[in-house]
Amino acid sequence: MAVVELLLSPLASHVRTARLVSVTAARRAGLQDDLVDELRLAVGEACSRAVGLHTRHGIEALVRVRIEDGTAGLVVSVADSGPPVGPMPDDVSAGIVDGGDLEVADAADDLVDPDVALALLIGLVDSATVEPGSAGTTVTMRWPLPHDAQGPGATQFSRD
Amino acid sequence: MDLSLSTRSEDGPEGPRTVVVVGGEIDVYTAPKLREQLIDLVSSGQYFLVVDMEGVEFLDSTGLGVLVGGLKRVRAHEGSLRLVCTQERILKIFRITGLTKVFPIHTSVEEAVAATD
Repeated sequence: MAVVELLLSPLASHVRTARLVSVTAARRAGLQDDLVDELRLAVGEACSRAVGLHTRHGIEALVRVRIEDGTAGLVVSVADSGPPVGPMPDDVSAGIVDGGDLEVADAADDLVDPDVALALLIGLVDSATVEPGSAGTTVTMRWPLPHDAQGPGATQFSRD
Repeated sequence: MDLSLSTRSEDGPEGPRTVVVVGGEIDVYTAPKLREQLIDLVSSGQYFLVVDMEGVEFLDSTGLGVLVGGLKRVRAHEGSLRLVCTQERILKIFRITGLTKVFPIHTSVEEAVAATD
């Protein structure tokens, strides 16, 4: 098992840092290329959401990203200290399209609702869980690694 | 890679279209730059936009939000915002979010400029 942990100040620029580190760790672990693209986007969404929540609520606490490469595959978790996650929107496009009011256009108008970022993430990743806790929310995503194919349930994680 | 932006004008059958060529990564860090560009264009009276995304390497929901914001702004002036994109990994994001129903997506700038409402 190999672990990478990142503690990020809630800055938009560090979302990219988290993406780059996650992608590097995923490639090192042998994740197949199309899943690396998926991971890049999903980790970006999870971190954008977490950083956005901290920023909006003036939370200075660090966002925690953990990347674990082990028998369970590649597991990435992103933990924030923001308010609990709400219910997922039924229609993601509605959450984006209806998200701003042009009459009061300001910098926040075009920001996507954090729940929309989560909904996109869940739509992308086959195995993703969202655990609201008293001190924040943890989003955990899992991708199969090639060596999974050698163990029980091999066909489930076949690279074909 | 950071975000790159450039604009040019092309004549279409229904008048001039402003082509915004976007390259690099559109994420929570860079999206404000694209947002400002779209707002500047609309503020200067350019309501018919074609956003060429063929050079975009990464797009997240923040970027989607900025594009939707641009769409809402041009629609407020009876304008249009058309996208040019053939990259499957970017198209997938529009599909997952249902935004293929919201944006006209074209396979080339020529096609988008020639499109009529």
